[in-house]
Amino acid sequence: MAPHPESWLKVLPQGLYCEPGGFFIDPPAPVERAIVTHAHADHARPGHGAVLASPETLRLMAVRMGEDRVAGSRQALDYGEPLSIGEARVWLRPAGHVLGSAQVAMDWRGSRVVVSGDYKRVPDPTCLPFEPIACDVFVTEATFGLPVFRHPEPAGEVRRLLDSVALFPERTHVVGCYALGKTQRLIALLRAAGWDRPIHLHGALIPLCRAYEAMGIPLGPLLPATEAPRGTLGGAIVLAPPSAIADRWARRLAEPVTCLASGWMRVRQRAKARGVELPLVVSDHADWDELCATIEEVDAPEIWVTHGREEALIHAVTQRGRRGRALRLLGYGDEEEEAGGREPEADARPGAGPEASAGTGTDTEADLGASAGAAA
Amino acid sequence: MIAFAELLERLTLTPGRLAKIALLRRFFETEPDPDRGIGLAALTGELAFDAAKPALIRALAESRTDPILFGWSYDYVGDLAETVALMWPEPPGGASPKPLRGPPGPLAAPPPAPALLAPPLLAEVVEALATTAKADLPGLVAGWLDASPAGARLAMLKLITGGLRVGASVRLAKIALAELSGGRIAADDIEEVWHSLVPPYGELFAWIEGRGERPDPKDAPVFRPPMLAHPLEAPDLASLALEQYLVEWKWDGIRVQLAATAGGRRLYSRGADDISAAFPEILEAMRFDAVLDGELLVMRDGAVAPFADLQQRLNRKAPTGVMLQRYPAAVRLYDILFERGDDLRALPFAQRRARLEAWHAAVRPERMDLSELVPVGDIAALGDLRLGARAASIEGLMLKRRDSPYVPGRPRGLWWKWKREPLNIDAVLMYAQRGHGKRSSFYSDYTFGLWRGEPGAGGELVPVGKAYSGFTDAELAQLDRWIRNHTVGRFGPVREVAHEPGEGIVLEIAFDAAQRSARHKSGVALRFPRVSRLRTDKPPDEADRLDVLLRLTDSELDATASQAIRSVAKA
Repeated sequence: MAPHPESWLKVLPQGLYCEPGGFFIDPPAPVERAIVTHAHADHARPGHGAVLASPETLRLMAVRMGEDRVAGSRQALDYGEPLSIGEARVWLRPAGHVLGSAQVAMDWRGSRVVVSGDYKRVPDPTCLPFEPIACDVFVTEATFGLPVFRHPEPAGEVRRLLDSVALFPERTHVVGCYALGKTQRLIALLRAAGWDRPIHLHGALIPLCRAYEAMGIPLGPLLPATEAPRGTLGGAIVLAPPSAIADRWARRLAEPVTCLASGWMRVRQRAKARGVELPLVVSDHADWDELCATIEEVDAPEIWVTHGREEALIHAVTQRGRRGRALRLLGYGDEEEEAGGREPEADARPGAGPEASAGTGTDTEADLGASAGAAA
Repeated sequence: MIAFAELLERLTLTPGRLAKIALLRRFFETEPDPDRGIGLAALTGELAFDAAKPALIRALAESRTDPILFGWSYDYVGDLAETVALMWPEPPGGASPKPLRGPPGPLAAPPPAPALLAPPLLAEVVEALATTAKADLPGLVAGWLDASPAGARLAMLKLITGGLRVGASVRLAKIALAELSGGRIAADDIEEVWHSLVPPYGELFAWIEGRGERPDPKDAPVFRPPMLAHPLEAPDLASLALEQYLVEWKWDGIRVQLAATAGGRRLYSRGADDISAAFPEILEAMRFDAVLDGELLVMRDGAVAPFADLQQRLNRKAPTGVMLQRYPAAVRLYDILFERGDDLRALPFAQRRARLEAWHAAVRPERMDLSELVPVGDIAALGDLRLGARAASIEGLMLKRRDSPYVPGRPRGLWWKWKREPLNIDAVLMYAQRGHGKRSSFYSDYTFGLWRGEPGAGGELVPVGKAYSGFTDAELAQLDRWIRNHTVGRFGPVREVAHEPGEGIVLEIAFDAAQRSARHKSGVALRFPRVSRLRTDKPPDEADRLDVLLRLTDSELDATASQAIRSVAKA
């Protein structure tokens, strides 16, 4: 009989640990050997001894933290290529979250666990779609683990943005979106909707856009927003980190219409509390329906939840006759706690220019929700 | 319903006035009749439903969703209608279809599948609500929810439970309609027929689009746009020919219009809101055929009570018997616009005043007296009078040119208001919050405090008020910088800034009056506080003590002040 996954995949203080393989998955603290699902800051930390990830993730990590901070040694693993690490057999499958994002599938003695990392199920022109894998334990996120979160069709949200640009042609539409994934997806969605004019970018978003383009994702004409003379961006679409859209950086824009692209924008009070004039419900995380449908599809008897609103998802899983378990992993939830009661500002550190700090640190969607929630 | 829902959401989140007008205008331009008219009625508060109670909505949600998940969701969202709107199960291929997986690569987003069900039109909802039996309501509402996307579900639930609150004034809707006429019709023209119209306003839209005549209000008690005064500044004062003016006190209540015609009686606020229901005793006293301009006040035995007393009445849609007794309302009349159907607005003010006096003597309406004319010899006497005007009920002086017709809006040079000199205190900035709209990147809302006890010797700062205005752009930038560099704590959107005896920033605060208040921690409430200067020269421990402010309250000042007014007025 195959061993129960609890006997070989363990929650240690440093993170989720695969004992037969001797590696951690997305550990929040520096470890000797780590597999990284995707390049967002709360999953990909600097300072590990050795890192294994998809080639795209390794590349994006290098762009974000600098070549020399990624890890002592790096190993790229293509999707679907099996690899033996210690006694475990490991392979990656697309997670549909951002470019390079991967699920980690692990087999040991006939027992299989799939760690999804963050994922979504709607098509995204900037990354490969999630591929379900049948398994004994499916480890899922639950960022949007409440039935109130149902992301509408993204093309419709982009239409709402373009409709507003047409209604207010003298004003700048500044859209808050985090630097990795959301920005490039939004650009691709705008292009698909026929917007072929230049899109202006906050400085913190530029390096990752260039990296996407270098990896074969065309984004069309992009211009740095800071180089445009003050007040000349009327009618333009400007993308910036969420922390910059309602702060000093945005003062250069022409009567900006403040927009924010995030799954949290589904709840009106969250938009109101942040002074968002046009909320765009676009998320790179699975919504409630996608979480539930995915669990049915992978058909695992046991569902482990890493982070997010796990109690509701576990309740739903139990209703469907599966076993649910909250891993309560520290690290992913950590910024949420830290951000509590504080504004996610670019200038939080005295003396740090907004361009210097925005978008390079804690700019994931989870942070955004936490800080918005705290402000509400 | 979808266009209306989108309009509602944007109006709720949009701070800019011009942007709101543009959104409204587009809605009126693109939506068909009768939906745009029903939408207009919903926005202006003309549609009130209470057929569906929150309990009905809750029961519906519980029948369709898991009760535990509903409970958690409600805890998270915090609003019943929004929770239900967001988590209402969507039928497959229904309201907002979305494929689970699509082909990889660019341009992968497929067009949405055709919806099986269409959301109801606004007009359908309104009609069905009026004709459906109570027992059939849950099924009806559930059917609508099944057919609508989330935004429309929310708008619908808010509408049918009477919880529609929009950040757009009725006035903005009228301005948007006027724009739609291409400049042929002014917002004030619409104002004059508005209260004779009924939803869905087919006649109004026909007039605006040039397809029909101006709707005839006949003898309906419609609202007439009021004439307003300019603040009197030093340069105007210098060139003022006082003999051309009549002088009155500026009473501290709210400006109202009383419209009593053969078609009915209405009491309007200055902004055209119908406040009749809140002041039944005034309505009862309007047994005449005239349109009058005056100040609504709480009065006891001929004496005007402080504004705070009137506020008790303004906060209620319909007063209780106790409120009517405790805070009796009255109107002090300024002007007469119509007398038995005769439009007097083109007459000079002096003649209208004579008509008003004669009318008042003949009709003797209850709860209404005349705003006295104040005899003034020269500009110097006028200045003295204003300095002495310190009673709770008086805000300052009004100067009205004898020959001025009654012109809607704020024409220059006809009417002046000369508010009494503001009072000042030096207070310490304690908390700051970001503003809205253009100011959303600036800390522009300031909570300030005064010392109770001695600073540095056990004394503490007590918040006494909030100010949002009075500073220049340069001062705002300076304050914003200072606040960001001296933040000591954060509570959501609020920053606490350094406010120690030796470190902090002192603001000179100007205000029109201070009134005793049991509801404020400091025991005092300020009228119209604003920042008059930054006192960067003053350390916080030299800011004012709370005692100083308490001595400036109206009750303290009243006795001496009213005496001064009487003696000056006699002189």
